[in-house]
Amino acid sequence: MAILETVGLTKSFGGLNAIDGLDFHVDEGEIVSVIGPNGAGKTTFFNVITGMMPPDGGEILFQGTDLVGLRPNQILGLGMSRTFQNVRLFPNMTVRENVMVGRHTRTKSGVFGAVFRTRAFRAEEAETRRKAEETLEFFGSRLVGYRFDQSAFMLSYANRRRLEMARAMASEPQVILLDEPTAGMNPRETIEIAELVGKMRDEKGFTVVLIEHDMKVVGGVSDRVVVLDHGAKISEGSYADVSQDPRVIEAYLGLDATAEQ
Amino acid sequence: MTDVGEVTATRSDQLLPAPEVDYRRAVRIGLVGALAAVFVGANGMVEVLDVRVLVYPILSLGYVFLFGIPFGMGYLAGRPPPTLEGYAEAEVGSRNVIAGLIAGSLTGAGVAVFTVFIDVVDISSIFIKITPGLAELLTFGLGTAAGFVAMLVAMAAVGTIGGALHLLGRRLKRALLYATFFVLLIGLMQVVVGQTEILRQVPALTRALYHPAGGLRLVSAVILFVLLFGVLYFAERPTRDAVQRYRGLQPEAQRRYRRIGLVVAIAITAFLPVLLGPFLSEVLNLVGIFLLMALGLNIVVGFAGLLDLGYVAFFAVGAYTAAVLTSPNSPTFAPEMIFWIAIPFVLIAAVLAGLVVGTPVLRMRGDYLAIVTLGFGEIARIMFLSDALKPWFGGAQGIVNIPDIPFGPITFDDSVSFFYPIFALAILFAYLSYALQDSRMGRAWMAMREDEPVAETMGVNIVSAKLWAFVIGATFAAIGGALFAAKIGSVFPESFDIVVSITVLVLIIIGGMGSVPGVALGALVLIGLPELLREFQEFKFLLYGALLIFMMMKRPEGFIPSRRRAQELHEDEVLQDAWIQTQKSPGQGDVGEEVT
Repeated sequence: MAILETVGLTKSFGGLNAIDGLDFHVDEGEIVSVIGPNGAGKTTFFNVITGMMPPDGGEILFQGTDLVGLRPNQILGLGMSRTFQNVRLFPNMTVRENVMVGRHTRTKSGVFGAVFRTRAFRAEEAETRRKAEETLEFFGSRLVGYRFDQSAFMLSYANRRRLEMARAMASEPQVILLDEPTAGMNPRETIEIAELVGKMRDEKGFTVVLIEHDMKVVGGVSDRVVVLDHGAKISEGSYADVSQDPRVIEAYLGLDATAEQ
Repeated sequence: MTDVGEVTATRSDQLLPAPEVDYRRAVRIGLVGALAAVFVGANGMVEVLDVRVLVYPILSLGYVFLFGIPFGMGYLAGRPPPTLEGYAEAEVGSRNVIAGLIAGSLTGAGVAVFTVFIDVVDISSIFIKITPGLAELLTFGLGTAAGFVAMLVAMAAVGTIGGALHLLGRRLKRALLYATFFVLLIGLMQVVVGQTEILRQVPALTRALYHPAGGLRLVSAVILFVLLFGVLYFAERPTRDAVQRYRGLQPEAQRRYRRIGLVVAIAITAFLPVLLGPFLSEVLNLVGIFLLMALGLNIVVGFAGLLDLGYVAFFAVGAYTAAVLTSPNSPTFAPEMIFWIAIPFVLIAAVLAGLVVGTPVLRMRGDYLAIVTLGFGEIARIMFLSDALKPWFGGAQGIVNIPDIPFGPITFDDSVSFFYPIFALAILFAYLSYALQDSRMGRAWMAMREDEPVAETMGVNIVSAKLWAFVIGATFAAIGGALFAAKIGSVFPESFDIVVSITVLVLIIIGGMGSVPGVALGALVLIGLPELLREFQEFKFLLYGALLIFMMMKRPEGFIPSRRRAQELHEDEVLQDAWIQTQKSPGQGDVGEEVT
């Protein structure tokens, strides 16, 4: 059953149709990769379904609820969270605090609890802290121990990407959207991330939607691949099928490449 | 340990020679010094500040200001270049002194040429601050020719001393500099020191310390210098050891010491007004009221990152609400409440004002937010000034006869007793700042400050986070305003102009944004000092500006930055070492092979 579904989704910037009548769905427990050449509308697609940009038309259904018009924080609360292509952490907050912010919608203490340090407030703070540290342990020993109290800006590039994933995971989403999680990583780190994406589904039970350019990762982890070009879906299916599709090759390499085949 | 020693030994053979002190740089610095010295002369600072004698009869504040420039330039010019990796450590020698001499003489030459110039060409019709008095000061009353030489020689000498300081050891140099600074400060603070309760009780001590014509007596200045130098020189090592020991302690033990320190500081502060006497308590109260406002603005700007330039509006709302509700002279509606009964209404008014300003600016960020809040600040002032609302707020006549604050059997009617409500509220606001910073809401504010769209995507409700920041900031300022009204006894629209907003913002920036102790220090320095140095009033904003530029270039995080902004690279290593020591198990070994 589709956990996330878009019907005729449209978004244009001036005359450019970034997303053009896109029908898309993800089933529960699936890992779906969204691929396509640069400018195909992949990141815009993420921005629209997470509420950062309003769509011009179409429907976005998440577990049967229409997401159009909801604020990003409400959408996160329903259970969909994301990472960003160009890592966007809170650089001056510590590693632990970054992840604790991710739990914002799962906690509820307010100003009065903070001021009077009520029992409920202290219990919730301890719980948030524990859950944040637990989430960071998912990434092995890289983000634990003394790293908990380091500012995010001190982390290496790869660790920033890991921290961003941890922050997205902390909100206990059903669907997690990863925007190029391996961009800029070396081959060894790329393999590690690919394994982690598998673990996210198998151990944590997340449904994963992945934007990815590294075809080894796409081929390795995806249950299904959706190819976008000029905002429209041009192909869909298993990695093996999609990689043979002439329309996909044309989109990536141009018409000549198809002719030569 | 042995391998570390060997590595260093083999490396030191290959080190490149340290770069020498650069004379061309000394020339540049000297020319900048000349410009600066001519500027403070031409804008009248030297002459105005000459009135204040620091050490009788040889040194006035004006001369300290003037000669501080070649001294500082000589010090900068003679400073050895920083030791870079792969270079040997610089050795000090005659070049440091010569560089100081170059910078000092160039500054002196600039000033000397300037004195001749104003003697030959009369430009006093354009630069009205250039007076015969100034010319006499700059030539030491020796006439133009002799004065020219004297100024050149004097400044060159001062610059040389500045450069020669680098020949001394670090410990000696620091002790000398600080001792000189403190002696001059005690001379400068004559009014302050003389007003303290201790010296008022023992007039003989005052007479021994200060000359009746103003300034420290030469003898007492020398004695003070020797005493201070001794203390600074010999206390340096024990102090450093104590700091080292404190740093080596477990976090729990550190926290315990901090708590003890806090209690001691609060206890001392509680006795301050009694020790300082009424005049200084008055100054302290003004500092306190600005501190209350600054703590509120610190939440809005420092925590939540919402640049509010119209913050004075909330201060005005608090002051006027208290005035209308308590004063018998309130034009239309005068319930004549006692202060404490009026406070809940002040809070309600503040919350409403916070919502009124906060709601329309919910979708704005950065520059746009700043401009709109600036507008709100002006709207508030003009509203209270307007004829339309005159029946309520008295227009330009304001509201007078605001009664004092009663407290059980006593009344806070003099500056010493008035300190206590301000002090209690400052402690409360500081606690609230800390409590809120370390909470779910505090994290939401910080996340919003760092990156608003991402914070929202990560679940932060931007609308409520912003409104809470504005409302809490507004209530802090409004309480400050209510105390201000009760302290002054009257409110006028002119008290609430844009300069108040700017001042509060400047003291947060200079103190350290997001840091409660920083804000307190900022209030003390930027509000307290100008109150004590009446001569400075004329140049207050010039000095604020210079200080702001200096801070932005050299220490943008403020005097006492918040923990997060202070983090430096070496702290990173300390954390790592501490953690590795606690994790002795071999299973954690893979941390070391981190891929970056």
